[in-house]
Amino acid sequence: MKKARKIPLSGLAAVLSLGLMALAGGQAVGFDAPEEVTLDQMADLYEPVEFDHAAHIELTEENCAVCHHHTTGETPVQARCLHCHATPQPAESVACADCHPQNRYAASYLRAMTAAPYRYHTDIVGLKGAYHRLCLACHQEEGAPTGCQECHARTERGDRRFHAGAYAPAQRPQAAHH
Amino acid sequence: MKKVSRRSLLKAGLAGGVAAGLAGRPASARATASFGGYPESMGVLVDLTRCIGCRSCEAACNAEQHLPEPDLPFDDTSVFEEKRRTTERAYTVVNRYETPAAEHPLYRKIQCNHCNEPACLSSCFVNAYRKTPEGAVIYDPTVCVGCRTCMVACPFYVPAYAYSSATNPVIKKCIFCYDTRLRYGRPPACVEACPQEALTFGRRQDLIKMGHERIRNHPGRYVDHIYGETEVGGTAWMYLSSVPFDQVGFDTDLGTAPIISYVKEFLTIVPMVLTIWPALFVGFHLLATRKENARDKEKKS
Ligand code: SF4
Ligand code: SF4
Repeated sequence: MKKARKIPLSGLAAVLSLGLMALAGGQAVGFDAPEEVTLDQMADLYEPVEFDHAAHIELTEENCAVCHHHTTGETPVQARCLHCHATPQPAESVACADCHPQNRYAASYLRAMTAAPYRYHTDIVGLKGAYHRLCLACHQEEGAPTGCQECHARTERGDRRFHAGAYAPAQRPQAAHH
Repeated sequence: MKKVSRRSLLKAGLAGGVAAGLAGRPASARATASFGGYPESMGVLVDLTRCIGCRSCEAACNAEQHLPEPDLPFDDTSVFEEKRRTTERAYTVVNRYETPAAEHPLYRKIQCNHCNEPACLSSCFVNAYRKTPEGAVIYDPTVCVGCRTCMVACPFYVPAYAYSSATNPVIKKCIFCYDTRLRYGRPPACVEACPQEALTFGRRQDLIKMGHERIRNHPGRYVDHIYGETEVGGTAWMYLSSVPFDQVGFDTDLGTAPIISYVKEFLTIVPMVLTIWPALFVGFHLLATRKENARDKEKKS
């Protein structure tokens, strides 16, 4: 078995572009894709997620388009995308973070989305939204885990934020009613 | 003879005409013409098809606004057994709806909708409220006399009262994180916390376009309506839903005219006397006792 490499999110783009070069050279899809990706966007409230990329490549039967849309050069899954991306070329980057911004609501980003006159993609979800919406929808459909903490355990700060665990409120009579 | 320029004549005529026109129209139309919301104001588009009822938004609000400890942890789903309302201890709450139209339960986050023409604001006779150009409806607690007129006026039952201080009850509601975030161009804490991006922050006019695009791009997913685009003159927080809005707790009979007009006419004039009665009474009493004290002092000297 190949040893799993752990690649932080920021390093993902570089690694995946290697994969794409391999792809262009006629190699198997996902040949050089990372085996594991560390998702640590919400590390203050939740432990980082070690995303098993390799396992998900198997689960999607090597159809990268299930998650990567048209960027890997495969035909997108959603009919809506076919209007423009029916015969896509591999994109420069397939890293989620390169299209789905970490800071979705930065004033500069909001401006850029609406300032360009003919821009079509003006409603792109941020990185956190992209992961959750994609992952959760599939997990629901496939009967995979869907509870928040089944993917990422809360940190102590997270427990404090949710008033849960060691920070749970003392039980009061009629607690649910106020 | 004084020469009257055509321009001034025109102006006078126009002004007169406008005044006459306004006077002849119903009050609601007058209010609608007066203000349609700040053009650059921000808003949030809440997409019910994305919300999973995780309550991260409630937890984030509690922390951001330094609200008291909740009765139950924010990951406790037993709260969904009843329909909750916003309170002085929770400026936003998520409710669950089992609807005939959807297989899965739907969740709906509620908070102040930050109306373009807020009934709370127009009904407040001490002018405690302000609609900021960024879109937030905020209030000055030091001015609020706790008369609760705004609570009655709000079409969404949002303002709540803190009775912790019996002598100075004060209004409490969502302020769009104005003080800590919105005024610096940042989204409110709930929006930032939402894992599903069920809450999309942006310029209100962009969000309306975005909402209609989502409806168009996903045939069959949404009801063809953005709740809050026109309701009560438009609100900064707006909603998309996959089921008819009345099935998920929305009042669909509010109409498109701002509450401003009729509130101004009856709430601030007639019932105000009733609602401020305690305040008046206290005021009279203070005045009387002060006078008495003064008289006593005079006698002594
Ligand atoms: S929702 Fe109610 S409290 Fe909020 S701005 Fe509108 S009238 Fe005022
Ligand atoms: S954080 Fe988002 S998904 Fe979770 S309950 Fe609130 S609105 Fe819904």
